[in-house]
Amino acid sequence: MTPLLELDGVGFRYPAPAGGRGGFALADVSLALAPGEVLAVIGPNSAGKTTLIRLLSRVLEPDAGEIRLDGRPLAEVPRAALARAVAVVAQDAPPALPFSVEQLVLMGRYPHAPTRFFESDDDRAAAREAMALTGVAELAPAPVGRLGGGERQRVMLARALAQRPRLLVLDEPTAHLDLRYQVECVALLRRVNRERGVAIVLVSHDLDLAAEVADRLLFLDRGRVARLGAAVDVLEERLLSEIYGCRVTVERNPESGRPSVRVVWPAAPAGAPAHRR
Amino acid sequence: MSPARRLLAVLAVLGAALAALAVAATFLGGAALSPATVVAVLSGRAPAGATETVVILSLRLPRIAAASLAGGALAVAGAAFQALTRNPLAEPSVLGVSSGAAFGVVLAQLAGLGDSLSQLLGLAGFAFAGALLAGTVVYLIAAVDGALPVQTLLLAGVIVGIFFASAITAMTSVIDVNRLGGIIHWLLGNVGPLPPVSLAVFAGLAALGFWLVLGRARELNLLALGEEAAAQLGVMVERLKLRIFVGAALLTATVVAFAGPIGFVGLIVPHALRLFLGADNRFLVPATLLGGASFLLLADTIARSIVAPAELAVGVITSLCGAPFFIWVLRTRPRVAL
Repeated sequence: MTPLLELDGVGFRYPAPAGGRGGFALADVSLALAPGEVLAVIGPNSAGKTTLIRLLSRVLEPDAGEIRLDGRPLAEVPRAALARAVAVVAQDAPPALPFSVEQLVLMGRYPHAPTRFFESDDDRAAAREAMALTGVAELAPAPVGRLGGGERQRVMLARALAQRPRLLVLDEPTAHLDLRYQVECVALLRRVNRERGVAIVLVSHDLDLAAEVADRLLFLDRGRVARLGAAVDVLEERLLSEIYGCRVTVERNPESGRPSVRVVWPAAPAGAPAHRR
Repeated sequence: MSPARRLLAVLAVLGAALAALAVAATFLGGAALSPATVVAVLSGRAPAGATETVVILSLRLPRIAAASLAGGALAVAGAAFQALTRNPLAEPSVLGVSSGAAFGVVLAQLAGLGDSLSQLLGLAGFAFAGALLAGTVVYLIAAVDGALPVQTLLLAGVIVGIFFASAITAMTSVIDVNRLGGIIHWLLGNVGPLPPVSLAVFAGLAALGFWLVLGRARELNLLALGEEAAAQLGVMVERLKLRIFVGAALLTATVVAFAGPIGFVGLIVPHALRLFLGADNRFLVPATLLGGASFLLLADTIARSIVAPAELAVGVITSLCGAPFFIWVLRTRPRVAL
């Protein structure tokens, strides 16, 4: 079976800032993503996670290696065709968007008919379905600028689903969400993955979330692949402690049996804090 | 209601308003003509060479056409610049693009371009080159890592505008005194009655600019999500930005070439219409064409009636309204979503 997405020795370097040394670089990233697979990308800050998303969505072009979609080099895939296959949900939506929820979700239909001036009835039906799936149908006429964080996240997800992609790329989908919304978000992603067979690339700082939802984890460190594999193989105490530079222990989640990472917080200095003396 | 029907309804209302204003403007003006005389001229019952015939057919009607064209073009240019820069205060005169175009026009006049078709196109070409130059310079000054911070963009626009205004002053100082009056009159922003050839060139170029912007109205909505998100939705962002920039600069340049640098129409009209229509550029862009035409026609009718038989420059009226409007938008910007 042709992989949905392949990265073959992909490298990229940002241009150096004026007078500075070379910018951040991603080097030699290779992996193959099967249709319907869930891959979590983890790693410390500035490990290259967001750069990877930009490369997958062709906002950036790799300096080295090649990215292929359905076996076809990404550079040869027209932008609209790429957007019909790959939908990206960014970490932060612009805060003061002047559109209604429905207008925003309908934007996801653009790649399906870029030359059309107004969306068709089919586009409208696809948007309604995406809003129903993410539970924002009743918000359709609401202005996006007035939504809370959890609602906005679900609306952005609905817009991505309206694209009817085969690969959904999410940058920190649960950041800014409270526990309840995090759980809802995970349930939603699982449903989209199971029912629609949509593959997911999920970038997250939340290692437990990654371990729970992903088939495989890609652990990036300073622009290189530190490890790629199943959660039990990637989330190792020694590897994590070394790369994050702090002590952690890895346990098993008693419910799911997946690895669960716990930080060993530094001990408080002896004696009462100054303000309580 | 389907979007297409809604758009038609909006355009019908705005079109009716424009038509009503145009009729009213035909009856008003410096020459005291009775309504019966106006009706007689329009129905062809007045003698061809009579004063009232000349006043209406060669002065009032062409002037109504010119004011409508200029207003529509400027308003669309404003909506386009606002979507392009994602800045609610962007507008041809604020961005310095009008001044650049005016600089081009003064150069063309020094070169002695006149009223034939090719020379009119040359005049518009000079204005267009000036507008592109000013717009590019403002962009290069204001862009920080590909983004355009709101305040920096405005400051860059104002500075470039001052530079070109000074260059114009310097050039006019060396011009033959007999031609100076005309240039100063034009620099204030005046929609004079244009001869048919000029009107035709004006309309053709404005239509081209309008088509460049309207044809990408849906993509302009997506651009509001940010360039990266728009690209990820399949928009070819660099091409889009270039096309909108060229379209808005062309609209601005044509108005400056045929009516002078009239300010703030591109700020007032899109903002006013956004209150009723929302931010969807597929409604806003065609609506600003008709709304802008009505606005400037109204302003020009006031300009030629309020101190009759003398006349005010219409640019003076739009600036008197526009400056306070600018301050209002500036102060309420966090709430006025683009």
